[in-house]
Amino acid sequence: MRHVFSLRIGPVGFRVGADWREPIEALRALYDDYPKPHDGIPDFSVRLFAARRWRRWVRPSITIGGDYVLPDAAPLPLPLGLLAAEMGMNLQMALGQRRYLLLHAATVERDGRALLMTGVSGAGKSTLAALLMVRGWRLMGDEFALLDPATGLLHGFPRLVSLKNRAIGVVEQALPAGKFGPLQADTPKGDIRHLKPDAASVAAMDVPARAVAILFPSFGHAPDMRPVPPAETFVRLTQASTNYVALGERGFGALTHLVATVPTHAIDYPDAETAVAMVERLWEQAA
Amino acid sequence: MSGASLVRALRDPATTHALDAAGWTGLIAAARAEQILGTLAHRLQGLPMPATVDRILADARTAAEQGRTLALWEAEMAAQALLPLGVPVVLLKGTAYVAAGLSAGQGRNIGDLDILVPRDALDPVEAALLAAGWEWVKPDAYDDAYYRRWMHELPPLIHRERDRMIDVHHTILPLTARPTPDADALLTGSVPLANGLRVLSPEHMVIHAAAHLIADGDLSGGVRNLWDIDRLCRDFGVQDKDFYLSLYEEAHFQGLWSQTMRALRLAHQLYDTPVIGYCSPLRSDLDEKASDRLYVRRLLARDGWGRATRPVTQAGFYLRSHLLRMPPGMLARHLWTKWRKGHRVTP
Repeated sequence: MRHVFSLRIGPVGFRVGADWREPIEALRALYDDYPKPHDGIPDFSVRLFAARRWRRWVRPSITIGGDYVLPDAAPLPLPLGLLAAEMGMNLQMALGQRRYLLLHAATVERDGRALLMTGVSGAGKSTLAALLMVRGWRLMGDEFALLDPATGLLHGFPRLVSLKNRAIGVVEQALPAGKFGPLQADTPKGDIRHLKPDAASVAAMDVPARAVAILFPSFGHAPDMRPVPPAETFVRLTQASTNYVALGERGFGALTHLVATVPTHAIDYPDAETAVAMVERLWEQAA
Repeated sequence: MSGASLVRALRDPATTHALDAAGWTGLIAAARAEQILGTLAHRLQGLPMPATVDRILADARTAAEQGRTLALWEAEMAAQALLPLGVPVVLLKGTAYVAAGLSAGQGRNIGDLDILVPRDALDPVEAALLAAGWEWVKPDAYDDAYYRRWMHELPPLIHRERDRMIDVHHTILPLTARPTPDADALLTGSVPLANGLRVLSPEHMVIHAAAHLIADGDLSGGVRNLWDIDRLCRDFGVQDKDFYLSLYEEAHFQGLWSQTMRALRLAHQLYDTPVIGYCSPLRSDLDEKASDRLYVRRLLARDGWGRATRPVTQAGFYLRSHLLRMPPGMLARHLWTKWRKGHRVTP
């Protein structure tokens, strides 16, 4: 491919190739100090290409491809190149990852212990993770938590934090010195702006951690908190995993162990500030 | 380039010691694109390689093992639904290879469950599958009618809980194709497994793989299909020293002589398959033919990003696949109908 960028996010190496310079430049700018894949050999390849040659120049339109593809994924316009690259990497993980159980969850760590936050899109995982990072937590990832069935440890996957719609303003205000990508307006998921994890989070990406608390945050309600029984957590996490079925017995073993050993709470919150306070209070109780 | 590197690594795993990081990256991408990474992972196991490759291939072996478990479970589900009918149920392709413990099944990626049943048992088979939770994938009336009238299989069914497809065949090539294999002979010659299901006889297994590769479709997935043929020939050639003789005989009876010979020549050229030729009692010439080059060119059309290359060759084989499947007049009518329905028919 004409333009290529390789990087490693936690234990997973990627190479992203594109027909255009722009998406690669955008990746290079935001992932500038990320390490390269181990041995120079990526786990996954992502390809951003023009489905028809002339679409490289005329109303350029990015088709997302790679080792693993969805047959009918809609192409994106060139200005959304960074989003396309991120989606391409997520897609490889969602469809191709077989070593770790993938949980659609944000993970933050403090004192070597990890907090797992999961929920439907819009529940506020990414926002909460970013705000906790501002308060000194290590961001392990805002999209996928990687649970190793062999050790029960969570591995960091600190790719760019994907902030959507109202969360963009909230985090920009909380982190004026943060390194943000371009505002990508009117994507299929609304407005999106990417935030680079802070230097400490990037530097510690290879350090795994054990989960000690699981949280189901839910935005837009009066503050409330209730414990969630393991069976419910189990079912919700199977739904939040893209490869639970593909991992078979290993996935079942990893997940049952997780929910049996880690206490879980659901929290409702009206605004980010309240949520952060609730999380930190819960954390102190757990400690 | 990487298509060639993939075939070289499968044929002679030790040659991978010369690969650099870019070479390994291209090899893995090409193997994924050809859906043969699990097989490659078994072939290279134990050889020296970078730690990252070792890890990627170990994951591929684990994934293939899980795939094997799922494929066998799906076969078991079909057995429970169909064996009470008292009709022979013959496993085909990947599921057959793993069920029969053949080396072609080692690390193999297995998608749908393919079975062969007698044509006059199709109605009760269909009813039994629907009763056991399988559902139609294509509710389109034209497609449904097309499958039932012209194809060698029922329209695909998918299980509503397990989300796995089953293809129910009553013969091994579309009814519109020129060769007309003898499905009764395939069923009669089939071999029972311990669980009541059956697999094709060794000869028919190779002939089916050859027919699938050469007489049906555009050679996509050909690197893997040809690898199946290589492994089957090696297994059966060891079990029976006259295997190739009976293979040639059966290929002749099945009307698939030239396709089988083509597949064996290509397997020999690409994978060094130890094919034995005969001058008597029948003449089987394994010398390379000029047209084989075109097939090899198509089979190796894969670059280091896993992309298909050689678009003209690809398009040629795509067109050929349709001409093989049906006569030109019928093809024109079929494409016209599809086009009017807004389907895009492009390579």
